Amino acid sequence: MTASVVLSRREWLLSDRPASRLQARLGRAYVAWRRFSANRLALIGMLIIIALLVVAAFADVLTPYSPTVGDLKNARLLPPGAAHWFGTDDLGRDIYSRVVYGARWTLYVVILVAIIAAPIGLLVGTIAGYAGGWTDTILMRITDIFLAFPKLVLALAFVAALGPGIENAVLAIAITSWPPYARIARAETLTVRNSDYIKAVQLMGASPFRIVLRHIMPLCISSLIIRVTLDMAGIILTAAGLGFLGLGAQPPLPEWGAMIASGRRFILDQWWVAAAPGAAILIVSLGFNLLGDGLRDALDPRSGDQ
Amino acid sequence: MSDTLLEVDDLRVTFPTRTGLVQAVRGVSFSLGRERLGIVGESGSGKSQTGRAIMGVTPPQAEVSAKKLAFDGMDLLSMSPRERRALRGSRIAMILQDPKYSLDPVMTIGRQIVETLRTHEKVSKAEARERALAMLQAVQIRDPARVFDLYPHEVSGGMGQRAMIAMMLVTGPELMIADEPTSALDVTVQLDVLKILDKLVAERGMGLIFISHDLRLVSSFCDRVVVMYAGKIVEQIKASELRDAQHPYTRGLLNCMPRIGFERHPLPVLDRKPEWAA
Amino acid sequence: MTASITVEGLEVVFDRFRALKGVSLEVSEGESYGLVGESGSGKSTLLRAITGLAPVSAGTVTVNGKTLGKTRDKAFYREVQMVFQDPYGSLHPRQTVDRLLQEPLAIHGIADGEKRIERALDEVGLGKGFRFRYAHQLSGGQRQRVAIARALILEPSILLLDEPTSALDASVQAEVLNLLEEVRRRRKLTFLMVSHDLAIITHMCERLMVMQNGEAVETLTASQLIGHRVSEDYTRNLLRASEGFVRA
Repeated sequence: MTASVVLSRREWLLSDRPASRLQARLGRAYVAWRRFSANRLALIGMLIIIALLVVAAFADVLTPYSPTVGDLKNARLLPPGAAHWFGTDDLGRDIYSRVVYGARWTLYVVILVAIIAAPIGLLVGTIAGYAGGWTDTILMRITDIFLAFPKLVLALAFVAALGPGIENAVLAIAITSWPPYARIARAETLTVRNSDYIKAVQLMGASPFRIVLRHIMPLCISSLIIRVTLDMAGIILTAAGLGFLGLGAQPPLPEWGAMIASGRRFILDQWWVAAAPGAAILIVSLGFNLLGDGLRDALDPRSGDQ
Repeated sequence: MSDTLLEVDDLRVTFPTRTGLVQAVRGVSFSLGRERLGIVGESGSGKSQTGRAIMGVTPPQAEVSAKKLAFDGMDLLSMSPRERRALRGSRIAMILQDPKYSLDPVMTIGRQIVETLRTHEKVSKAEARERALAMLQAVQIRDPARVFDLYPHEVSGGMGQRAMIAMMLVTGPELMIADEPTSALDVTVQLDVLKILDKLVAERGMGLIFISHDLRLVSSFCDRVVVMYAGKIVEQIKASELRDAQHPYTRGLLNCMPRIGFERHPLPVLDRKPEWAA
Repeated sequence: MTASITVEGLEVVFDRFRALKGVSLEVSEGESYGLVGESGSGKSTLLRAITGLAPVSAGTVTVNGKTLGKTRDKAFYREVQMVFQDPYGSLHPRQTVDRLLQEPLAIHGIADGEKRIERALDEVGLGKGFRFRYAHQLSGGQRQRVAIARALILEPSILLLDEPTSALDASVQAEVLNLLEEVRRRRKLTFLMVSHDLAIITHMCERLMVMQNGEAVETLTASQLIGHRVSEDYTRNLLRASEGFVRA
């Protein structure tokens, strides 16, 4: 009984003759999901990211201790054990609690950077690609200037100018990470701008703005999502790097990079202080990378009949 | 037509897809002597896959099976890939639709012809060059020495297709498979290329399989026509008797094309019957 | 009879290549006019120049009495629409048929969208079942029908057809040609149709112009062509070629 209901729902989604806008959209999403879920590593990546979201959301419930207030008298640099799963740091704070709260800051950084950098890149790239001529030259030369500097060095310069702090670190990373997105968006735009379906919209009398926004951008978005997801690991590492150098999150914020920086002093005798946030960075970066690879297979417009 | 060059019995080509196995060719049988055979069908009829299966260039994920697929008495399916490769290009050759995609863009036309010749025959460089030039002359390229040193992008579509024919014929194959050889060309050039092909096939006594969607062109060019629909042969007929074709699909295909001097408004359309594909 | 499209001395230059070398023609209202030629003859460029997709360097285009300038306004696109050659390339890969048809209505701020979309789909013989499909869920012929519906939905008076059936199978071609004739009769449209196939042009058009290398070779009526009453060798060659292969 249930089996037949499930089957018919599947048929409804895969139907070649959708009867409503909703069915068409869901069907398309379902095909992408089937492609994505066929890749086991991508599913693992997604599980890691979901776990990160859950941990960040329920940090209060998941942690037995405060992430910022330690027990200096009794609990300095304790090794991992039953009371403190990942041990404690030099200020007597529970490292497990700090790593869990650190998930929030990591997400904060990653999401903010993505929200700021991706739209800038998308806009610059599609406008440059569609308009061509002078607009293209000017926009792309600006992009080249940003690309000419190593990302971390440029971010360092920005943070140094803006002053240390996690918000400024986010801003600096965002400013340095949009140029590759602009390049991707421009390349995609160039491949579609001369296609007949864009010409057909031009012949409807659509304004250039409308064409870029409603017809070209949707085609660039999937490759951009893929790229941003793959870049997430890099963003986390840059944020950690800035934190490590003391230019990102300021104490006592439990940011993973800053935690490694403070654990550096005891790395030979109390390895766990740096190891726990290091492992967290590793796992989350890996998760984003696997997810990005899976999305590439599922969303790539060039693959198959999509 | 006593000597049979190619025998095809119950040829099947199956492709795995997301939704299961799809048979592109479903039991095709015919035999070919030293004659011109046309295979006609619409897109998806399996005509190209039939040609590719005979040539041995079916995509690797597909499966080819047949009760018999024999060239000059040799079983093609039980052959090792190496033997098959040796056969391909030397005794069986294939011309594809667009010379742009089948000629190597970074090698001059002359060198491509010479390379083809030298991979299949032991000849000196000078002799190979000699024969390549002669071949270019044979496809009616006016200045062979000049075209010899040109790159594929430097010649027109018609010239490129002639160069392609020259390359394919230089080893003196006995069977030629031409898959839409003139569809990418302008009509006037199309006839020139066909004329050359016709002459060479007749002079050398080759067998030719001419694959096309254009029933009228094929019937004017070939001795015999095989009409395919949905992976099967629906009718085999002598080109001269095409007007008396029996199958409604063949008749429909002939009828539905507009013809100069025959006013029909609206044009008769094909009423596809499910039993044709059965 | 008033002229629907008048083209005078039209020149198009792409990067110093003269694709169109001073071509003139006049299409009357309600007429179906054909442009025949081989690749590089400039026949498609002429259509694109009329719509503003190709850069005009000299000459004038007049549509329904209005001489066009460098840019085309929205009103122009309500009068003139185009159907492209390749049905696989002319539909946006990420949009449903519904979305494709809604776009022109949204651009021109037309209110009775629902009704128009349903009517347009019925008119091209697709019906409601096709409304929410993506391009990849349609066959070549169905795609071309959608493209025709999209061109008709703004209710233009002139339809430009750029080899609308050359990418289709012969049997599907017949269906699409019949459909085009039917909508032309019903809506009293003016056609300007490009093809390399003389048979299609004589079937669809009353008058035609033969083009070669960006120039007009000659202008004929369909019956002149059918009766082989042509004056240029080039046209004669084309006619001979269209009869198929003749063994010497």
